[in-house]
Amino acid sequence: MDDSVAEYNSPLRILIADDSDSDRLILKTLLKRLGHEVLDVANGLDAVSVFQREAPDLVLLDALMPVMDGMEAARQIKFLAGERLVPLIFLTSLSEAGALARCLEAGGDDFLGKPYNRIIIEAKIKAFNRMRLMHQALSDQRDLIRERNRQLTEEQEIAKRVFDNVAHSGCLDAANIRYHASPQSIFNGDVLFASPRPAGGMLIFVGDFTGHGLPAAIGAMPVAEIFYGMANKGFNGQDVLREINQKLKRILPTGMFCCGAMIEADFKLNQVQIWNGGLPDGWLIRPSGERLALPSRHLPLGILPPDQFNAEFERVGAAPGDRVLMMTDGFLESSDSAGNVFGEQGVTATLDRLDVSDHPFDAMMSAVHRFTGHFEGGDDLTLCSLEMVYEAGLATLPDHAVPSALAGPAEWRCTYEIRERTLGEFSPLPLLLHICMEVPGLRRKSGEIYTLLAELYNNALEHGVLELPSEWKHSPEGFGRYYAERNRRLANVEGHYIRFTLHHSLKPDGGRLRVVCEDSGRGFDFHNHPSVAAGISPTTSGRYAGRGLLLLKRLAETIRFHEQGNHVEIAYDWQFARTAENRDDR
Amino acid sequence: MPIQTRRDDDGQTLVIRIQGRFDFSTHQAFRDAYEHGDPDIRNYLVDLSETTYLDSSALGMLLLLRDYAGGDSARIVIENCNNDVRRILSISNFEQLFNIR
Repeated sequence: MDDSVAEYNSPLRILIADDSDSDRLILKTLLKRLGHEVLDVANGLDAVSVFQREAPDLVLLDALMPVMDGMEAARQIKFLAGERLVPLIFLTSLSEAGALARCLEAGGDDFLGKPYNRIIIEAKIKAFNRMRLMHQALSDQRDLIRERNRQLTEEQEIAKRVFDNVAHSGCLDAANIRYHASPQSIFNGDVLFASPRPAGGMLIFVGDFTGHGLPAAIGAMPVAEIFYGMANKGFNGQDVLREINQKLKRILPTGMFCCGAMIEADFKLNQVQIWNGGLPDGWLIRPSGERLALPSRHLPLGILPPDQFNAEFERVGAAPGDRVLMMTDGFLESSDSAGNVFGEQGVTATLDRLDVSDHPFDAMMSAVHRFTGHFEGGDDLTLCSLEMVYEAGLATLPDHAVPSALAGPAEWRCTYEIRERTLGEFSPLPLLLHICMEVPGLRRKSGEIYTLLAELYNNALEHGVLELPSEWKHSPEGFGRYYAERNRRLANVEGHYIRFTLHHSLKPDGGRLRVVCEDSGRGFDFHNHPSVAAGISPTTSGRYAGRGLLLLKRLAETIRFHEQGNHVEIAYDWQFARTAENRDDR
Repeated sequence: MPIQTRRDDDGQTLVIRIQGRFDFSTHQAFRDAYEHGDPDIRNYLVDLSETTYLDSSALGMLLLLRDYAGGDSARIVIENCNNDVRRILSISNFEQLFNIR
């Protein structure tokens, strides 16, 4: 406070404009005696030019002057002062109310009556100086805030560019995905990622971080990295979620977390798996109009330590044409001008009215816009829909650039065996895929390789080790029973194992990957299995459902069964890309 | 004052009562309510009977209280939630971490 007190009493530069020499002299002497510096002129025009040149702190202006009167000078001085507050006091012997009012309308802040009273002059100058300083302080602070805000916006722009590079849009542009997310959504804490899975199908993550601004954006970075990195390598939704939770638990301060939902769509098995932790109900909407709520059943991500985290997905059968709809809290909190929120009622009412021809995504977006009455750019809502499709109808992913086919390991062999309780806890597929992907010639084929490995592994585990009958999966009741039984039996796998042997070697025109998958199960009678024998007519009996076996036959050059049927060997060939292709890819 | 605290009869329970909106603006007041380091306090009771609204930063504050009160061994009861507040707590499945009644 000492500084400002000193400033209140510091000398001011005061401009006096009065055509009466004697009045001017009296006032000048008086002000000088009070310690102020005084500039004095005899008409309005000079007052304006001295003001422009000397920028005084305060102006005392006679109302009636030759050349330019006080009113006009006041207008020009106020204009020149711009945002700066320069108190302007009229000196006048006028007493008629209308004349005094005109002085104030012209920009005057007050008037001083002639003859002058020293005490009143001193008091008024002090009062106006206080006002001037307060105004100054406010303007300085406003400028500071304005500048900080500009910096912040600029930093956010840069941060957003970095984030976009990390997060990219994955496969959000796929034909079966529709979404709305504000361009700045990351600073509202909303994230939306989508990635194709190497085995086919898709993984989608919708998230909503607590808090806003940079803290939310910083938390989102590792989530994007983990999601895209792991999804790409073939990890399933559960693994990705566990990793995200573990990471967020470690890096976020207590009290900050991420509400989120993971959707794993499998177009081959026609099923959707979903995990919802803290987001509003998602919906599965069938073309018949039937719909199923997908409510939050878990704590948000980043709260529970890894050993308490539950990454169990709900499994729902879903046919092509079925759509999954997920939204963040911002959607429900969209409000109209009266402050009412769209809410769950808004969502259910919209879905109730849904026509067969309506896309639920469009219906929801237009309902929320109708409700809020305006389409504002700065909205804080994320909505995403995923449509189940026939696998064949889905365009394949663009291949990454093909690196030189000759670099990388060409002649190698490895054996990897997982045993006992690890069978239920760990999927070896990402690791095996990773090993194969070291061979550049196989890299473009990651989808096919993953499918081969996954078919072999799932057959070995579910039908070989666990002896689950695949026909259960063909009825809705059996579907649930199948997976319940699967979990039950996984708890009891003592002495069991699944062993993969991968063997790669070069051939003149490419290479061959041989995969042997053995398991500790009882096997099956492959000699009399119709699919093995004839290679046609899918069957639902026995160890291999026809579909899986046909898939293996289609992708692999050869498939052979050994022992009692618990030892499968496939060979997969690849060819060098033609030279012309190589050039195009570079 | 939107947040009031008192010791319950047994002297071991701290009752924190939040009036109106429980959101980021109450952050400091809520922390001040329990961070006085009274060694006698064993239990916490968060009374939401007069809480009209609760947002995700309030959920975060509840987690901070839980951490302060011993994490998994914390003894915290949240009571008298209105329907909206209750809904927000249950969407986030906070009943897994707190005794909500």
